[in-house]
Amino acid sequence: MKDRVLVAMSGGVDSSVAAALLVEQGYEVIGATMKLFCYGDSVPDRPCCSLDSITDAKLVAHRLGIPHYVLSLEERFGHDVIDDFVAEYARGRTPIPCVRCNTFTKFRDFLAHADALDCAYIATGHYAIARDGALFRGRDPQKDQSYFLWGIDRTVVARMLTPVGALTKRETRARAQRLGLETAEKPESVEICFVPDGDYVAVLEQHLAADAPALTPGPLVTVGGQVVGEHGGFARYTIGQRRGLPGGFAEPMYVVDIRPETREVVIGRGTDLFGHAVTLEAVNWLAEPLAAGADVWVQCRYRARAVPGTVVEVSEDGLALQLAEAVRAITPGQSGVLYDDPGMVLGGGLIA
Amino acid sequence: MSKRLVYLDNAATTPVRPEVLEAMLPYLGADAFGNPSSAHRFGRAARAGIETAKRSIAETLGAEPNQVIFTSGGTEADNLAVIGAALASRDRGGPFRVAVSAIEHKAILAAAHAVVHLGGEEILLPVAASGLVEEAAVEGALARGVAVVSVMWVNNEVGVIQPVARLAERCSARQVLFHSDAVQAFGKVPVSLRDVPCSLLTISGHKIGAPKGIGALIVRDRQAVEAIIHGGGQQFGIRPGTENVPGIIALGSAVALAAAELADTATRLRALRDDLERRVLAAVPDAVINAWQSERAPHIANVSIPGADSEALLMHLDLAGIACSSGSACSTGSVEPSHVLSAMGVPREMGIAALRFSFGKDSTTEDVDAVVAALPRIVEKVRSLSAVLHR
Repeated sequence: MKDRVLVAMSGGVDSSVAAALLVEQGYEVIGATMKLFCYGDSVPDRPCCSLDSITDAKLVAHRLGIPHYVLSLEERFGHDVIDDFVAEYARGRTPIPCVRCNTFTKFRDFLAHADALDCAYIATGHYAIARDGALFRGRDPQKDQSYFLWGIDRTVVARMLTPVGALTKRETRARAQRLGLETAEKPESVEICFVPDGDYVAVLEQHLAADAPALTPGPLVTVGGQVVGEHGGFARYTIGQRRGLPGGFAEPMYVVDIRPETREVVIGRGTDLFGHAVTLEAVNWLAEPLAAGADVWVQCRYRARAVPGTVVEVSEDGLALQLAEAVRAITPGQSGVLYDDPGMVLGGGLIA
Repeated sequence: MSKRLVYLDNAATTPVRPEVLEAMLPYLGADAFGNPSSAHRFGRAARAGIETAKRSIAETLGAEPNQVIFTSGGTEADNLAVIGAALASRDRGGPFRVAVSAIEHKAILAAAHAVVHLGGEEILLPVAASGLVEEAAVEGALARGVAVVSVMWVNNEVGVIQPVARLAERCSARQVLFHSDAVQAFGKVPVSLRDVPCSLLTISGHKIGAPKGIGALIVRDRQAVEAIIHGGGQQFGIRPGTENVPGIIALGSAVALAAAELADTATRLRALRDDLERRVLAAVPDAVINAWQSERAPHIANVSIPGADSEALLMHLDLAGIACSSGSACSTGSVEPSHVLSAMGVPREMGIAALRFSFGKDSTTEDVDAVVAALPRIVEKVRSLSAVLHR
C-alpha cells in the first residue's frame, strides 16, 4: 500500500474522479467533505448546508470502498473567508473568496486534519498540476484553476496531489462515467459556494449594518468629475461593470473606479479601463522570489490571458509590475498571478 | 489488512438477532404474508401472529394486550403520545399544553414544539447537573395544568435513569397523563407498568435486536390520545394503517428475549461499561465521565476528553475500527454540545469533546481492550489538531 492521502471531496465530479484515480494508483485514500457554511436561518428546512453534496460524496466514497468523513470548518471558514469577503467589498474592492479558501481552508485547516491522520498527502479536484514541489497550470486551458492557488504555503505544494490536473474536463467526466460514479453528470458549479443564487449583495446585506457606507447611496461621477446621478451603494459595483449604469452617453459607460472614502463610483469609457501598471500586496511565492527587473507573465483575472510584464519594484510583501500590453479592468481585490513561460506558478498577490 | 471491528454504538442501533430474524421470516413469505384485517386464512395467520406478539409484549410490560399500539418506531410513538394527548385534552376542553424534560430525545422535543405550532403550549422541564429532572418544575407544570408530562426513563446520551415511578405518581395524583420514552431503558433496566404507573410508554425494536421501523406505544386509556395519522381504523383508529406484521413479530420476539435476559445483560454490560470507564480514566487522566454521580443504565458511557473535538475523535476511532458516537451536534454554523449536555450545564468545551460508548449483547472485553489501546494516541493527535484549529 502506498502512502495515505486525505482527499477533499466536495461531492462534485472533479474531486470524485480525483479520489477514484488515487484509489486506482494504490494510495490509501481517506475522503472528507468540508462543511464550510450554513444557510442557517435563511433556509430553515436545511439545518446543515450542502447536505446533498455531502450525500453525493459519501456515496462515491462508499462505491470506491474508502472511508469518508465530514469536517466542520464553518467557524474557521466564516472568519477567514466570508468575513474577509464582506470586509473587502466594504472597502470598495472585489474579492475572490476561493483564493482565501484555498490559502486558509483547503491547504491549511484541511492539511491540519491530514497531519493528524498521518497522511503524507492531501488531494483535491483542482485543475492544476503539482509536481516536484512546484505548481503548474492544469492541462485543460478552459478549466485551469492555478489562478486561485497562488496563496498557499510553498511547503504545502510538495504534499499536494492533483489527479485531475492532467485531464481535460471532458476526460474527467468520461472517467466518472466509466467508473459509474453518480456525480458524473453533475452540472458545473460556477457560483461562489456560500452565495445563494449568485446574489452576493444579499450576503453583504446580511453581514453589514443597514447604514454601512458600502450599501448606501453615493454619487455616480464621470472620470472628469461630473456628478451624473446616484448609485445604491458602491459594493454593488465592480470595475469593468456596465450593467446598472445610466444611459444617455455618446459611448457605453463602465465602472472604472470605486472610491470608498467619498462613496463615489466613477464611470468612464471603455478605453478608460485599460492600464499597464499593477501593484500587488500580500504577495506569496511558490518559487524563488523575483527581483526588480525580472520578466514574468501576469494574469489579472481568472478568465483573462496572461500578459508579459516586468517587475518594477519589490517591497516587503508587495510588488509593482509594468505590463507590456494594456490590460482591461485591473481590479483591486482580484488576484495578480505570476507565471513563468511554461505555466509554472511563481507566486501572486492581491491587486492593490 | 483485516482489522477487528469494534461496535460500541448500540444505543444508536443493534443488528437483528438471529432468533428474531427466524421468528419474522415466515411472515414475509408465502404462509403468513396476509393482511391481518382480511377474513381469509392468510389474514388469520397474520392476525394470529400479531395477537401473540401483543400478548407477549403486554405481559412483559405489565399492560393489557389491547393497550399495545404498534408504530413505525420510537419517534412515531413519541409523537403520538405527546401530540395525541395534547389534541385529546384540547378536544375535551382540557389544557392544550404539554410538559417535557429538556433532555428528551428530539422526537419528544420536536413533538412538543409541534403542539406549539398547532396553537398549544410547551413547558420545558429543566434538569439538574446530575441529569435528573427538577421535580419542582414538574409540580409547577402540573399546577398550571398540562395534558401530559413526558420524561424519558433512561437518557440516550448519558444513561441517567429518571425517577419515573415518583413522577408517574405525582401525575397520577393530579389525574394528568404521564408518558415515558423507554426506548433506551427497555432491556437494560426493569421496565414494568406494574411498578411504574405510566399512562403512555414508548419502546422501539431496533435498539433490542429487532429491525428498524417497528416500535410501540403502550396506551393505558384509549380516550387519552387522539390519532395523529388517519386511515382505515386499524388498532382502534389510534394508529391506523395495515400493520407491519413481520416487524411486530420481530418486536414481540426481541422483547421476550430482552426481558428473559435482562438480569444477565445488565450485569454483563455494567461490568464492561465500568471497566471501560475505569481504564479510559487511567489512560486519559483528565477525561470526565458525564453524569457519573447519577444512577445510570448499564450500557452507556459518556466521556468528555478536554481539548479534543469529538467529531475528530470519531473519525480517528473509526479509522482504527472503533464505532461509537459523539455528544455534539451540528447546529447553525458551528459545532455545539448536544442539548442534553447543555441542559445539564456541561461547559461548552467539555460538551463538544464528548464521546458515547454504548454496549450491547455482542460486546466483549476485547472491545474495551481495543478502545483503551487506541485511545491515548488518538487523543494526543486530536488534541494537537484541535489546538491548531482553535488557535
